[in-house]
Amino acid sequence: MNQPKSVKDIARGDEPLAHIEVSRQPPLPPPYDNPDDLPPITPLTDAARDKYVVLDDTIALNIPKPTSREEEERLVNKFLDGFHRLFNEADNWTFLQPLMMSVEHCAKCQTCNEACHIYEESGHNPLYRPTYRSEIFRRIYFKYIKNASRWVHGDIDLNWKTVARLIELAYRCNVCRRCAQTCPIGVDNALLAREIRKVASQEMGIAPVELHERGSMLQLEVGSSTGMNSLVVKDNVEFIDEDMSEKLGFEVKTPWDKKGADILLIHNAGEIMAWPENVGCFTALFNAAGLNWTMSSELVAYDSINYGVWYDDVQFARTALLHARAAKDLGVKKIVLGECGHAHKALTVIADKVLTGEMNVPRESCMPLLWEIVKSGAIKFDRSRNDFPVTLHDPCNYVRLMGIVMPQRHILHEIMPPGRFREMTPHGVNNYCCGGGSGFAIMSGHNFGDWRHHMSGRRKFRQVLEAFSNEPMGPEDYKYICAPCSNCKGQLRDLIAYYDAFEKHGICYGGLVELMVNAMVDAQPGFMDWEWH
Amino acid sequence: MELIPYVVAYIAIGVFLIACVARFFMWSSMPMHMRWELYPVAHEPGRAHYGGSYLEQVDWWKKPRETSLMGEIKAMVPEILFLVALKEHNKKMWNVSFPFHFGLYLVIGCTMLMMGSAVLGALWPSLISGGLGQVLRLAIMACGYGGLGLSLLGAVGLLARRMSAPELKDFTVAADIFNLVFFLVAFGLTLVNLVVFDRDFSRSFAFISGLVTFNMVALPGSPLEVWMTVASAVLLGLLVAYIPLTHMSHFIGKYFAYHAIRWNDVPNLKGGVQEGPIGVMLNQPIGWRAPHIEGDGTKTWADVATRDFSKGKTK
Repeated sequence: MNQPKSVKDIARGDEPLAHIEVSRQPPLPPPYDNPDDLPPITPLTDAARDKYVVLDDTIALNIPKPTSREEEERLVNKFLDGFHRLFNEADNWTFLQPLMMSVEHCAKCQTCNEACHIYEESGHNPLYRPTYRSEIFRRIYFKYIKNASRWVHGDIDLNWKTVARLIELAYRCNVCRRCAQTCPIGVDNALLAREIRKVASQEMGIAPVELHERGSMLQLEVGSSTGMNSLVVKDNVEFIDEDMSEKLGFEVKTPWDKKGADILLIHNAGEIMAWPENVGCFTALFNAAGLNWTMSSELVAYDSINYGVWYDDVQFARTALLHARAAKDLGVKKIVLGECGHAHKALTVIADKVLTGEMNVPRESCMPLLWEIVKSGAIKFDRSRNDFPVTLHDPCNYVRLMGIVMPQRHILHEIMPPGRFREMTPHGVNNYCCGGGSGFAIMSGHNFGDWRHHMSGRRKFRQVLEAFSNEPMGPEDYKYICAPCSNCKGQLRDLIAYYDAFEKHGICYGGLVELMVNAMVDAQPGFMDWEWH
Repeated sequence: MELIPYVVAYIAIGVFLIACVARFFMWSSMPMHMRWELYPVAHEPGRAHYGGSYLEQVDWWKKPRETSLMGEIKAMVPEILFLVALKEHNKKMWNVSFPFHFGLYLVIGCTMLMMGSAVLGALWPSLISGGLGQVLRLAIMACGYGGLGLSLLGAVGLLARRMSAPELKDFTVAADIFNLVFFLVAFGLTLVNLVVFDRDFSRSFAFISGLVTFNMVALPGSPLEVWMTVASAVLLGLLVAYIPLTHMSHFIGKYFAYHAIRWNDVPNLKGGVQEGPIGVMLNQPIGWRAPHIEGDGTKTWADVATRDFSKGKTK
């Protein structure tokens, strides 16, 4: 089957419901317009197909196929138990109203579909419509929670295939909420994807291993999903400081656990491992601006990630509380989030309804603060050092979902020569997700990485190519995607590597602070290292 | 016989109001939820046009929080009247949905004008017999004919799209068809009655006058003329009572979707009014049973959220 004919197909048959042929996807712009030149999606192994539930060309969750009638029934019953909890005030006060609103009021007009980059780039495969999984969700709700007539709300057969495939399908959505933006009524189908993930995680114990065991659990156990404990993280940052001092020609030293500092800066610890220059740049800029700031080596407080925001409200609350506790213990005036989109949304906005009293330490994005530094004149910038084409990726989590749109643009206009900035189309709050949102960027089991590059990330890659369409595309013609978000950078790193876009066409990526430091007059020229790709 | 349309109308209005109020209270009494706003947020003064927020400021919690009611009105009025989101994102659907909805507004306008005229006529008969009365009659007829015509056109278009467009067919259930057919029958019969038997709306106006003045007089005209008006009134009454009992009550939900969720950016400031209710939420029992939660209905959210997983693992 290449595509499902009906939502009822979710319960039928043993074969995958969809298959993507690269040659039938909308062609990418030049120089990637020949589909034969693109890498194919690696087929799943027979062992994987035999062992796990397969929805389409890939697997996100490793849900084992039930081997007996009892196992099938157990899967369905556990799902239904969790599904009931979603509509219980005590168990799901966190999202009950948004959930009910989106379940009860969809007019099924299909307006949201065209806003979804995954559905569009799939060549309009119905399986990837935002409404496909939501319609199944609604039919289950009306049949099993409301006991409503199938004539009024449609019917669905709830068997183990429905359950397993629906949970898997919840991980074909980036939860970027672009679909919700277009809904004439205000229905949020992305939220329903997240609610399905919650049933799976919070009741059934099913979640991608990268998000749960090796993600939020590891963070709660040792302090960071990277596995770094506080000693290791301090050691690594010390090394970064030394390296940055050498590169920039002045001392770069990160303050740790400074009681009474004004600011607690929390990075995504993935930066420390994968993009150490980003961490070093923050230190260089904050010190040069004379800010009274610190990092914390307390459990969890040196890693801003909060994967719970993608799949589990309890994990989310646990992590947010630990972040806030570290800030309270240090007595800082505020927490500033580094370049990590989901951490922004998690701690600044969503955690708003978890933190009270002394734990309610003010939180803000680094973007306005960085713009304040530029405006203050405390650091001199030489625009000519950034004389190359730059486009800006808007991380969904703090642009569409927090309304932080302009500070990063103001900064770019101050640190670049005129005429070098290229806006993507569309941009700002109407941007497209990088394709790594909601955890995808760190999920690569089986061939999920292939699926991510061909499906969820393809629209962003298209946008990048379009933004640079008037630039020379040789390998030495460097072009920079400014992506001030760790998750987005991870996705762009993988996309660029997958399509060989650096080696062939000089397309590179990085954060915003790297561009700022590259233009610092007090720093030695040549900080920008194009091998960052 | 003459009482039937009045009784149906009173019951219908009663059911409509009770159902709408009940829905409103249902949505407004739901528990506090996590913030889940989506930009642009229309009440952001000076920033709404590009989707910006107060979070673009350093130390935003120290700044006076400003919201623009005018910004919300500027976003809401075109959305309600012209369905601008649908027009922008789904033109094919807008082509049929807009006439349907705008026609409904005109029909509601027509009814309100008749009710207003009837009240004025009862209180100040001289006021309604002159030029103002003539203007009102013309407005009533324009809204009535225009509204019914547009809505019927839209309903036919919606029905055709629901039954033929591949992206809609699989999602269309019997109730969707019934709802549109209900509109077609009720509005169709009403339009036929007006065009054939009540061109100047005089009989319809007599009915509305009787309704608002609680003077349930027999309607004037031949048995067929009266029967047609009664049939229209009964069908419209049933429709009015039916709408808020279905998902067509999305006009209520939409208010909350925007004001309680999408545009709800009110921050929880330290020591502010939200902290008490948050404490109540966190002290509710939790029942989620996954191994990392082990909710048993006695542990609270606060209990499970503060569980320490780090013991012995951080060294």
